[in-house]
Formats: sequence, structure tokens, C-alpha cells
Amino acid sequence: MPDFLDIYLLEAIINGILLGGVLALLALGLNLIFGVIDVTWICYAELIMMGMYGMYYLSGVYGLPYWAAAPLCIGLVGVLGLLLHLLVIAPLLDTPPINQLLATGGVLFFLQSFATVVFGIEFRNLGIRLPVLALGEMNFSYARLLAFIAAAAGMGAIWLFMTRTYTGTAIRAISQDRQIMPLMGVDTRRLYLVTSAIGGALAGLAACLLVLTYDVHPFIGLTFGPITFLICVLGGLGNFIGGFVAAFVFAQIISLGGLYSDLEWGYVLAFAFFILMMFIRPQGLLARRS
Amino acid sequence: MSRRDLTLLGILGLVLAVVPFVYHQPYHLHILILILIWSFAYTSWSMMGRFGLVSLGHGGFMGVGAYTTALLWNHLGISPWLGIPLALVAAAGLALIVAYPCFRFRITGHYFALVTLALSGIVLQIITATRDWTGGSLGYTPERTKGSGLVALQFTSKETWYLIALGIWVLGIVIWYVVDRSMSRYAMEAISEDEDAAAAAGINVTAQKLRITVISAVMTAFAGAIYCQYQMFISPDTVSGIGVSLQMVFAVVVGGLYVAFGPTIGAIVTILLAETLRIGFGTKAVGYDNLVYGILLVLFILFLPKGILGSLMERWQARRRAGRAQLARAPADATS
Repeated sequence: MPDFLDIYLLEAIINGILLGGVLALLALGLNLIFGVIDVTWICYAELIMMGMYGMYYLSGVYGLPYWAAAPLCIGLVGVLGLLLHLLVIAPLLDTPPINQLLATGGVLFFLQSFATVVFGIEFRNLGIRLPVLALGEMNFSYARLLAFIAAAAGMGAIWLFMTRTYTGTAIRAISQDRQIMPLMGVDTRRLYLVTSAIGGALAGLAACLLVLTYDVHPFIGLTFGPITFLICVLGGLGNFIGGFVAAFVFAQIISLGGLYSDLEWGYVLAFAFFILMMFIRPQGLLARRS
Repeated sequence: MSRRDLTLLGILGLVLAVVPFVYHQPYHLHILILILIWSFAYTSWSMMGRFGLVSLGHGGFMGVGAYTTALLWNHLGISPWLGIPLALVAAAGLALIVAYPCFRFRITGHYFALVTLALSGIVLQIITATRDWTGGSLGYTPERTKGSGLVALQFTSKETWYLIALGIWVLGIVIWYVVDRSMSRYAMEAISEDEDAAAAAGINVTAQKLRITVISAVMTAFAGAIYCQYQMFISPDTVSGIGVSLQMVFAVVVGGLYVAFGPTIGAIVTILLAETLRIGFGTKAVGYDNLVYGILLVLFILFLPKGILGSLMERWQARRRAGRAQLARAPADATS
């Protein structure tokens, strides 16, 4: 093994890949909503927070086994996504996009304080501590590995849905041309609802995985929110593959930056990289030709 | 601004300036000072927001203003009289670094909002990461001066701060009107309607947007610095980050985005609301104010997108126009 590839570096790189899987999952839901409905859910990370609380109560307090609580929780956050669309986004669809953005900002405030008021500001966790996988001298947490696998499976399922079903095809068509699809006899209202529910469910899936590694508190959304938006913008909003690539690039920067310094500096580096990329490729890593 | 408006504004300013000399209740003065400082901050956000440049990064500019001033004072002993201008330069530089690529490469709407959102995230992370100097998320206090309060820009009397805050608020309104009366305003309105058409008409789109962004960012940083000098305590949550950015957007939307006094009305409504809730629910119920904020923001955007003052003024103007139309019709009726 060459000198520069020491064991810690390798560990950081592999951990980065594992983190990238989760980040990619986070970005996928947001990208889906943006690509299809042309709306940015600023409160996306807060939906994840609600999902994490859902897991905490279902599994940690009411004692459901993890495998039973997870689908319930995914469903619940899916319903939240549906409600968000019906109550907030749908009435605003014909107004300037900035209004939609700000309204979801209001939902962010609401969900954060709702969690503060109802669940309290204490840090909570499931109390599940998964063992650590030791591979030679490298250590990986099972939670991260599980999260990566589940994220990959979730993304695979979405891909199959988008390419193999009628509804999925219609959703992809809408994201290509919003005006023409209603003329082709596609019920956009129904598709928007389906998309919102899927977006919510993806947030729910992310919540089920994140709750394994992070304590949940009302402001946890602020930890994931900005990074998710950055990934989506870097990949090109609505561009699934771009978001996927950007997630792994970001995860590597955070992981390697964290190796040489604090985790926060990893984030700062990632942000700096982001701004640099805005100069070089402003329309995203894999810009769609227009 | 017509002569009549100017007179009205002068009278309002005088009345407000007299307040601290006849009224000394410290808590109420404190609330008034907060309203004035935040009104200034909200006005500076609306300078950009009214032209469709929705920035979620203003929390970042405010943080730069507050922390630069405090850090220069504590670590290098540089008086805020010099520190604040330096902080403003730093904010202007940051605004240029972020805004130039955005405008140069036509990043608008969603993209712009998200990029600026990232900016407030960066500032928050940097403040937290450099906790050895900035105190991290626990907050930071400028050291009390041992010498002259004037040199350190630290005053204990609420009356002094009230007058300072009032002056700054008036400055904000004046800048709003200056921009409103300038050619920049017409250029910016054209740009917000259609960038290509505006560029074709000979407007330098990038330069115009940059100018308004830098003005807005510098004003916001100034608000941050003054807030820091007044409160003598800043933390990443109160002066930077996404929460503050959204708070600005919310207050302006509530008050009215397109009118000069909209942000001020927004500040009055939101701060009074927060204080009432805080006193009403007591300190144990943290979060209730934001709960109401969030619901109100959604309701306002759904039902009253022009804000309180904006909608009132629109109604008033419509009535005046109707009255004038009637007057115009009356002689015509008489001749027929």
C-alpha cells in the first residue's frame, strides 16, 4: 500500500461513501419535488425531523420493533408531505415561485416550534446502539452501513417506479415539460399529490435511517437542511443524477475535511467548494442542455 | 415623496425624538429600541426583496456585521467607530463574492434563494467552528470598556440608545426613498420583469443587481453591529443563520414588501407579538412565538401577500382614485 493511502485516510474515504448514500437519499426527495412541481420545500429537513420524532415515539416510547415502526413512520411522513402540498402549495401554484418558497419557510418555523412545544427541547434517541464493524484496523458503524444500504435500496425502488410504471413515466414527462402534459390528458393535480407523498415518504425513510446515528431535537433540521439544498443546487435542481454525484462529492469533502480538522471545518470546506463551483459551473455539475 | 409626505415624516420624526425625554419606562424604551433597530434591518432586506431578489442570506450579513465589530474590539482593541466601517467593508466583500457569480450566470428565483441560504449556513458554521475566538454557539459578549463609553460606543442609558436607533431608522427610510426615486429603481423593476428585455434596453443587469445587493448587505451588517453594541451579547442564533434570515422575510411580508414603512410595521407587529407571547405564556413555553409566526407567515402569503400596510395603502389609493373618477365624471354628467 502506498504511503499516502494510510489506514485513516481509507477509513475516512469509505465513511464518506457511506455518508454520501444518506445525503443522496436526502437530496433525492427534494429534487423530485423540485423537478416535478417546481417548488422548493425549504421545510424538507423539518419533515425529516418529524419523522425522527415519529420513530422515537413509535419505537422508543411505545416499544414497537424497529422493522414495524419504520414503514409506519415512512407512511406518516408521506401523509405529511401530502398535507403540505394540499394545504400550502396547491393554493399557491399560480402565484410567483417566491411565495411558495416563503410559505414553506413558514412551515419550517411552524414545525420547529411545534416540535419544541410538543416534544420539548431535550435530545432524544432510540437507545439502540448498533455495534461497530471492525475491518482490519478500520472501524465502521453498522448504523451507517445499514443507512447506506437502505438508501441505495430506496433509490433503486424510486428508479424502478419512475422507469417501469405508468405513473412514474408521467411524472418524468411532467418534469420535462410542465405545459404540454395537461394537454396530453394527464391529471397533473393527481400526479402532484403522488409526487408530494413520495417526496414525504423519502424524507420518512431518511428519518428512519438518521435516527440510528443522530439524537433527535427540534433543531436537527438545521443540521441537514442547508447541506441538502447545497447538494441539490450543485447537482442542478431537479437533476437526479447530478444530485447523486454531488452528494458523494460533498460527503467526501466533509469526511476528509473532518479527518484533518473538526467536523465543522469539513462543512465549511464543503460550503467553500460550493461557492467555487458556482463560479465554474453555475447551472450545476451536470447541467442539462437547454 | 411629495412635500406633504415630507412634512408628515418630519412631524413624525420630531414626535418620536421627544419620546425619551418625557417617557422613561426602561422596558418600553427597550422594546422601542429593538423595534427601531430591527425595522432598519428589515428595511435593508426589503431593498432587495422588493425587486424579486429574495435573499435568505441576510442572516449571514448581519452575523458578519455583529461578529466583526465585536471580535475587532475584544481581540485587537479596535474601537467600533473604526470596527463598524471595517465590518461593513467585510459584508460588502462577502456580498460581492456570493452575488457576482449569481448575477453573472443568471442565477435567479429558487436558485438565488438557495445559494443565499447556503451563505447564511456558511457564516453560522464558521462562527461555530471558530469557537475559540467567537464563543461558538454559546454566544459572545463585547468587553465592557474601562475608558470612555463614547469611544467604545457603549452606553448604559436607554435614552441615548433610543436616539441612536431612531437616527438609524430614519437613515434606513431615507435610503429607501433615495433608491425609490433613482433610475436604479426603474432599472431593477425592468430586470425583475424580464432580464433579457432589460438587457436589450441597455441596462447593465449585473451591475444594477450588484449595486442594490451591496447596499442591502451593508445596511444589514450595520444593523447587526448596532444590535451587538446595544445588546452587548450576540449568539449565532440571534444574529446569523437561517432563522434570522427567515425572520426578516417574515416581518417584511407581514408588513408589506413594496412600501417604505412596510418593514417597520412588520417589525412592530412581530416584536410586539413575540413579547406578548413571551409574557403571556411565560418563559417555560419557548417556541410558542415561532409557532404563531409560522402559521401567520403561511396565512399571510395565502391571503394577504401584499402585507398589512401594502393592502391598506392599496385600498386607500383605490378609494382615492374612485373619488377622483367620480369628480371627473360629475361635470360630464352636468353637460349631457
